[in-house]
Amino acid sequence: MLLTAVALLFLAFFLVLPLAAVFIQAFEKGAGYFLKSVLEPDALSAIRLTLLTVAIVVPANVVFGVAAAWAIAKFSFRGKSILTTLIDLPFAVSPVIAGLVYVLVFGAQGWFGPWLIAHNVRIIFAVPGIVLATAFVTFPFVARELIPLMQAQGTDEECSAVALGANGWQTFWRVTLPNIRWGLFYGVILCNARAMGEFGAVSVVSGHIRGETNTMPLHVEVLYNDYNIVAAFAVASLLALLALATLAIRTAIEWRTEGSA
Amino acid sequence: MSIEAHGITKAFGAFAALNGVDVNVPKGKLVALLGPSGSGKTTLLRIIAGLEFPDPGSGRVLFHGEDVTDLPAGKRRVGFVFQHYALFRHMTVFENVAFGLRVRRHRDRPSREGIAERVHHLLQLVQLEGLAGRYPSQLSGGQRQRVALARALAVEPKVLLLDEPFGALDARVRKDLRRWLRRFHDEIHITTIFVTHDQEEALEIADQVVIMNQGRVEQVGTPQEVYDRPATPFVYQFLGNVNVLRAPALAVALAQTGHGAEQNPDGLIYVRPHDIELTPHDAGGDGLSAVVRHIHAAGPQARVLLEQIQSREHVEVEISRSELSDLGLKVNDLVRIRLRMAHSFEEDYAI
Ligand SMILES: Nc1ncnc2c1ncn2[C@@H]1O[C@H](COP(=O)(O)OP(=O)(O)OP(=O)(O)O)[C@@H](O)[C@H]1O
Ligand SMILES: [Mg+2]
Repeated sequence: MLLTAVALLFLAFFLVLPLAAVFIQAFEKGAGYFLKSVLEPDALSAIRLTLLTVAIVVPANVVFGVAAAWAIAKFSFRGKSILTTLIDLPFAVSPVIAGLVYVLVFGAQGWFGPWLIAHNVRIIFAVPGIVLATAFVTFPFVARELIPLMQAQGTDEECSAVALGANGWQTFWRVTLPNIRWGLFYGVILCNARAMGEFGAVSVVSGHIRGETNTMPLHVEVLYNDYNIVAAFAVASLLALLALATLAIRTAIEWRTEGSA
Repeated sequence: MSIEAHGITKAFGAFAALNGVDVNVPKGKLVALLGPSGSGKTTLLRIIAGLEFPDPGSGRVLFHGEDVTDLPAGKRRVGFVFQHYALFRHMTVFENVAFGLRVRRHRDRPSREGIAERVHHLLQLVQLEGLAGRYPSQLSGGQRQRVALARALAVEPKVLLLDEPFGALDARVRKDLRRWLRRFHDEIHITTIFVTHDQEEALEIADQVVIMNQGRVEQVGTPQEVYDRPATPFVYQFLGNVNVLRAPALAVALAQTGHGAEQNPDGLIYVRPHDIELTPHDAGGDGLSAVVRHIHAAGPQARVLLEQIQSREHVEVEISRSELSDLGLKVNDLVRIRLRMAHSFEEDYAI
């Protein structure tokens, strides 16, 4: 009882209060100013870039995550433990370092830099770099969500399907995928939230070119450094809203899966 | 369709799960694969089904004389029921049973009505007509078992492989279902192998029993053959209770039974509790003397635990309740024991 009270107090102080502060600040100068901050060209460009990144990164990580989880959970092969460790790598590495590694590899002074410049391909300080850095950071989310689920489900249903004459593709679409759909959905939501909110790695590779290579979190930082606090919080409130939506969806999924299990 | 497996070896890493296994199942028979946990029953069944493959070059699997060793599971026309049923949890009973028909190539696939008709026919066969719309989680263990069977039968398999079909059920349902399986098999006569580690189950319903131990076949025979003439000490011990006695004094008693123990008086002697006769001590005769240590009289048979006087070995005897009351036995009474039937094996077979 006492423990619950302490936990709730802690949550209120460290989570609810700051979240409320974000929205209060965002509307400090009224709804008009809020809209203006969110709809000005640089803000819109940041939103567009963030959405573009998400549209590339999330599907890519879904494909990778499902493939990796399927391989790890349902088969045994050499190098499996290495693959499992590699999937966790982005969790272990600071995002800033991840960003720096991409600069080292693709930047003007990097390994492939001269070749890329010669062929007129820009990766660092451009959209491809942002996509790569975001993909790296959000790499584990889908796979991590699915591996324990698939391991718990085992391979018996797949074996049944195969013995009944289904081929690999039919087995995946008709048996494996329906069994993991909620876990997958939740993994996508998490991956999406992180992809939109990623700051560290993206900050290193983006170059902070306003209206061009600023994502939403970077745009928030720029506004904040310009002492444009209210506008910064207005854009930040959009990200906070995303976090709330993610939580709501998570709760809904948990309800659903508990109900049907 | 007959099933033959020749010289099957299968290693997982350094561990040999199967070690040169030969099995021969004649067409239309119901055969039990019997063995303790970890003896390789599931592995053998999966190899026969094509869900697992024998070690390269080790052995062959033949269906109806035809080599299917390299054929994948989907092409072997086997119905496989898993140890834990493995029903598709997100599909209804109907969809589960229809699955094998739905995944067929377009030209082999029955029409919608054809599928529905076949599924309903099968559900009728396994006595589950009313439950087509339920999900597996809404069924009892015995019902799931029968859905798994119906699903396996939907693809018109030529052989049926059942991995511990009654393993997860309580004793009563087990008994009902295994008799049902026997009747069912008598109706459809499909060559069937079922795995079990319950000797009673195997002996009751199988035409033939294959007894496995540590990745090898110990004995193959009809239930009566393996029970009456066990080939190895392992089989003897696995098929029911047994007294294992090491006593030269018993050679005296054994000489009367004519089981050749006189040539091997130091060997182990195997006697079933119901193959021992008790007589009152004062009646005289040539039996060995023993003291009653414990009487357990619940159930149809009474179990009497004795201590043999010379060797101090413990002997368990099973007699009927009426025999027990005729003898009027009490703890610490003196009795004579005679062996009606006993086995001795070469010493190097002993476990
Ligand atoms: N995929 C695997 N990897 C490693 N070892 C395995 C694998 N499958 C089975 N084994 C081992 O092979 C041996 C035989 O296993 P199997 O499942 O065939 O036994 P079983 O006779 O079916 O036992 P049970 O009655 O407990 O089901 C066991 O010791 C098991 O640990
Ligand atoms: Mg098994």
